[in-house]
Amino acid sequence: MRLLNLKSKKIVSYLMCVALLLTNTIFLSGCKSSEEEDVIVLRVSNWEEYIDEGDWDEEETIELENGTVICPETSMIEDFEAWFYETYGKKVEVEYSTFGTNEELYNQMSMGDTYDLVCPSEYMIMKMMAEDMLLPYSDSFYDETIETNYYAKCVSPYIKNVYDELSINGEALSKYAAGYMWGTLGIVYNPEEVTEDEASHWNMLLMKKFNKRVTIKDSVRDAYFAGNSIYNEELLLSEDFINADDYYAQMEVILNSTDTATVNSVEEILSDIKDNVYSFETDSGKADMVSGKVVANQQWSGDAVYTLDQAEEEGVILCYSAPEEATNLWFDGWCMLKDGIGEDADKQLAAEAFVNFLSKPENAIRNMWYIGYTSVISGGEDESILQYAEFLYSSDDEEDMVPYPIAYFFTGEDEADLDEETIEAYTIYTYEDQINRQLFAQYPPEDVMKRSVVMAYFDKEGNERINQMWLNVRCFDLYEYLSGD
Amino acid sequence: MKNSMFSKKQLAIPYAIFLVLFVVLPLLVVVYYGFTNGDGEPSFDNFIRFFKNGKTMGTLVYSIAIALITTIVCLLLAYPVALIIAKGCYSKRSKFLMIFVLPMWINFTLRITALKEILTLIEGNLANYQFFNTILCMVYDFLPFMMMPLYNALTKLDNGLIEAASDLGANKVQVFFKVILPLSVPGIVSGVTMVFLPSMTNYVVLDMIYNSTYIMGSLIGSYFSAYDWHNGSVISIILLLIILGITVLSNRYTDQENDARVAR
Repeated sequence: MRLLNLKSKKIVSYLMCVALLLTNTIFLSGCKSSEEEDVIVLRVSNWEEYIDEGDWDEEETIELENGTVICPETSMIEDFEAWFYETYGKKVEVEYSTFGTNEELYNQMSMGDTYDLVCPSEYMIMKMMAEDMLLPYSDSFYDETIETNYYAKCVSPYIKNVYDELSINGEALSKYAAGYMWGTLGIVYNPEEVTEDEASHWNMLLMKKFNKRVTIKDSVRDAYFAGNSIYNEELLLSEDFINADDYYAQMEVILNSTDTATVNSVEEILSDIKDNVYSFETDSGKADMVSGKVVANQQWSGDAVYTLDQAEEEGVILCYSAPEEATNLWFDGWCMLKDGIGEDADKQLAAEAFVNFLSKPENAIRNMWYIGYTSVISGGEDESILQYAEFLYSSDDEEDMVPYPIAYFFTGEDEADLDEETIEAYTIYTYEDQINRQLFAQYPPEDVMKRSVVMAYFDKEGNERINQMWLNVRCFDLYEYLSGD
Repeated sequence: MKNSMFSKKQLAIPYAIFLVLFVVLPLLVVVYYGFTNGDGEPSFDNFIRFFKNGKTMGTLVYSIAIALITTIVCLLLAYPVALIIAKGCYSKRSKFLMIFVLPMWINFTLRITALKEILTLIEGNLANYQFFNTILCMVYDFLPFMMMPLYNALTKLDNGLIEAASDLGANKVQVFFKVILPLSVPGIVSGVTMVFLPSMTNYVVLDMIYNSTYIMGSLIGSYFSAYDWHNGSVISIILLLIILGITVLSNRYTDQENDARVAR
């Protein structure tokens, strides 16, 4: 009986606890809901490790010629929240999450109202535009007279042209997306084992000489681009083709084609590549380059910068090349989602402010330094970005100094159309070996951009063909094995 | 105290909820996707496509080959050790067993990463021995899962039976094949099911060891990342059927064994 009593007492006390907890939460949540009205919650999803998280060492301090000193202790997100409150007098809370692939992000979004602002790659932006998932940027976003419109003021004219010229159903990409990072697709190679000439062609992935010592990205689109370039190698390199008036348009068509004949031929090439490479890798390629397990790997320019830096710390010199047939111009951009933002003007304000804050030149530098990729920001009237490139790559040795013009990025004009003075203003005097290393990966020269093509999103049939092709490449071929090939 | 707070049935409620939410419901979704086409109409096309396509069938064969070899190697390695530990000195048993189960405490990706470096030292270039490395890593990964059920079955084995067999004139080989092996069949069966099925789908090992050929697990993943829920689900269902088949077969076999033992 005593035992029972004790037990019932215990139960009562449990119940009391639960009741207390319940009233507490109700009370607290009551408080919160009244507060929530002034706090804008912005749900952002970005690539993993794709934004400055603060907490820099003092040794890392960046000092630019114009007096800007960068050594943040707080993360970009925290700084944005503080800046937003100062500028607009409203509180914002960023719920930041990350994704690993465009497909993963798309799958998450297809569940419904999950994010407000996301940062997918070019083809996914196009897909989402075609599926009417995106909210257009407000008209005032591109108004350069507004002081806080850093994106409109500072984005590279070259990148802006790319965003303006790409369109889906007659609407320009720039209406729905604001750029973040961009780059090329190329080959990181070890100059002791691979010559520059060999690394300048996609077909090095097929060379028996490098059997089981090269890697390729485990990604349908990147592999397809390389395979398609090899398939059309002769044409892409022929002088008649390069000198034709519609060279660029032709090249775009070729590298975006998904007709059966092309897909079948690329499948054969990729099957041969599969037998020749060390692996299809997602992330191990960087480490394997540094450790010397592989001598070359297909890589995005931003990762290439990271790999080259890492290797340098270990005392290994690596180089980067953008193959001569063609390279893939890729970019990631910020898009506002209809599902998330809807009619909420405050949220849209916060989302656009977030993009603007990231586009502030000093913040763009912070992100570039932290992640190794290249920001679409060129700075406009602010010279910080150019000075940052000089800070990183300028040579102070007069005997080892070569001019490296990147005026196209800062002006958006062909260098042939610019006067010498302007070109000179946007020329970095760098060490000779930087010409095929980090500087080359971060700011490719104009001739590389002339052969860099944006890979659009494929239509349903094309997509199905390519996915099936990928399975055919990756699956064990029973019949071929049985026939003893 | 007779009317205790919970009846036994009520104790099962948390698990039942878990089962419905995370096993039954997802399974229904998989079945729905498996038997419908892109327009949501019921269809068997996905199934037919799987069995007609040489590549997907090739993947099935490749997965089964990997799983089969892994299982056999695991069995051949684990059986003698389990036997020695189980029949060895009683006081040392738990220590020995711990040595063999210890690797299970370390995350398997860490173990494979370590093994990868060792193999690189020995082989030079891992990519030249993809199939062999895959089997090696799978065996390394799954060996404890074979070990435990075998050990359990062998410790329960009545020593009197072995002594009786020896007394009646059986030599050691005969004792093993006529007494020990048949009596440890339940252990073998559960060990085999615990190794065979996971090794058919564990594509993480293949990825880590640079084997670029797909197995069933990677095939599902690649369909799903291309938003092709239907074909991905079909493969899941096919795997499920294989699992079901093996379980039914092995149950029948162990039941027969038990019946036989009772009859004896």
